Amino acid sequence: MSLYSVFDLAGSGMRAQSLRLNATSSNLANAESVAGNEAAVYRARRPVFETVLLESRSDLPEANAGVRVRGMAISDAPAIRRYQPDHPLADRAGYTYGANVNAVEEMVDMLSAARSYQSNVEALNTAKEMLLGTLRLGQ
Amino acid sequence: MSLGGFLDDALGVHAQALAFRGARSRVLASNLANADTPGYLARDLSFDAALSGANATLSTVSTHSAHLGTGERTLSTGPALYRYPHQPTLDGNTVETEVEQAKFSRNAVEYQASLTFLNGRINAIRDALTGGAGR
Repeated sequence: MSLYSVFDLAGSGMRAQSLRLNATSSNLANAESVAGNEAAVYRARRPVFETVLLESRSDLPEANAGVRVRGMAISDAPAIRRYQPDHPLADRAGYTYGANVNAVEEMVDMLSAARSYQSNVEALNTAKEMLLGTLRLGQ
Repeated sequence: MSLGGFLDDALGVHAQALAFRGARSRVLASNLANADTPGYLARDLSFDAALSGANATLSTVSTHSAHLGTGERTLSTGPALYRYPHQPTLDGNTVETEVEQAKFSRNAVEYQASLTFLNGRINAIRDALTGGAGR
């Protein structure tokens, strides 16, 4: 039954979007983390999505395009350098290095991920109603 | 007349319309799942193309009483077309979530309509078979 694969499709979308939400909350949680040198500082990360064919059925391949996370892109924006000579993590010159997380960017990303997650839930619910209607056919 | 052919005739185009709506909901769900995938091109199926394909289906001719019908008609969904986006994006993704959601909802309602038509046909056949006693 072809409609069942809508569950897999919407499920793959929800999985990808929830990973994106996880990455966003990691970034926000570490927005204020500080390190003693440029290399050890936390860097914002963001998942990269790619299309994946869920089933190798040849009847309609474009109807089985799910999504998966290909990997995490680590931001290469410069760390935020602050002059804090009394900070315990300050380097010899008196500087600390803060995470390169942009809180506004992360909030926007979080909203976008939540909306996309919701639209997948919506698709899943609708497909469920369509299937239940089909099961009641002729009764 | 074979029973398969009889049922095909009795259910009309609605059985194939139902299969088409089911396939289209998968295409639209794929679009929704890939709403944030860079470079993904939104696809859709055309009902007109599928309908003309269904009308053009060839059937075999029985030249002998022992010949069996070819039975089922297969639905051709037609080619999956690419959606032309209203607003282009820098990452090459052509999915517009609100457009896809609207089309998905409409497709679901049309699926329910096909189900209702099929239910009516099935009830009519049952009435014919039982003389109305099946109600």
